[in-house]
Amino acid sequence: MSVLLLALAGGLGAVARFVLDGALTAARAWRYPVGTTVVNLSGSFLLGLLAGLAAGRLLPPAGLLVLGTGFLGGYTTFSTSAYETVRLAEQRRWGAAAAHGVGQVVLATALAALGYLAGS
Amino acid sequence: MPARPAYRQPLLLLLVLLGGATGTLARWATGLAVPHVDRVPLGTLAVNVVGAFVLGALLEHLAGRGPDEGRRRALRVTLGTGFCGGFTTYSALANDTDALLRQGLVGHALGYVGSTLVLGLVASALGIATVRRGARGRTA
Repeated sequence: MSVLLLALAGGLGAVARFVLDGALTAARAWRYPVGTTVVNLSGSFLLGLLAGLAAGRLLPPAGLLVLGTGFLGGYTTFSTSAYETVRLAEQRRWGAAAAHGVGQVVLATALAALGYLAGS
Repeated sequence: MPARPAYRQPLLLLLVLLGGATGTLARWATGLAVPHVDRVPLGTLAVNVVGAFVLGALLEHLAGRGPDEGRRRALRVTLGTGFCGGFTTYSALANDTDALLRQGLVGHALGYVGSTLVLGLVASALGIATVRRGARGRTA
């Protein structure tokens, strides 16, 4: 049962990313992959929060599986982020490529830590 | 009448849902099959690197076939936005790195996040280059 919920949650997470990224892209002609960045940073913070809640037994393991592994795993994406970074490097936009590649993962990890602290 | 943006078309949303659900299941199954080594989640590392390669190849292939519309757009959102997006994960990457840091395993954390990033970027570039090379081979 929770495997089906996990899959459904992952699908809904992907839809949430698609809609948020689409709405952000439609709102302005960004020169930087803002949609993916917003998705990955917010998702990393929220997963930290859920992990903190689960560590304090405020969220059952099945809840962490469905909401964390499922929804937030489907919501955030590494493949698009890597693709966008390669594209920025191809355009010789080294600063943007470094920010999207290294900067994003440093910030996402810091937000994960913050979320964990907030949740536990 | 102007076309509705992609993210407001019910059929495309359904395709993203199906692709994302399948990708999430595949990631979860990989996580079960591939053990953590020295507390490093090699399954997550593997899905992110493989997914980066597949997405690079897919997007390059579709871009070479023509504009992003109709069947090509349906394929892109199903396999790219849906499957590859659901298969790979950034939230787990960040949180597993944080968990290693919290355990004081700084070298493990840096090794994990660094190798994901380097291998992922190489895989994406390799996916793009493989398709490009194939396309050149056909037209030459």
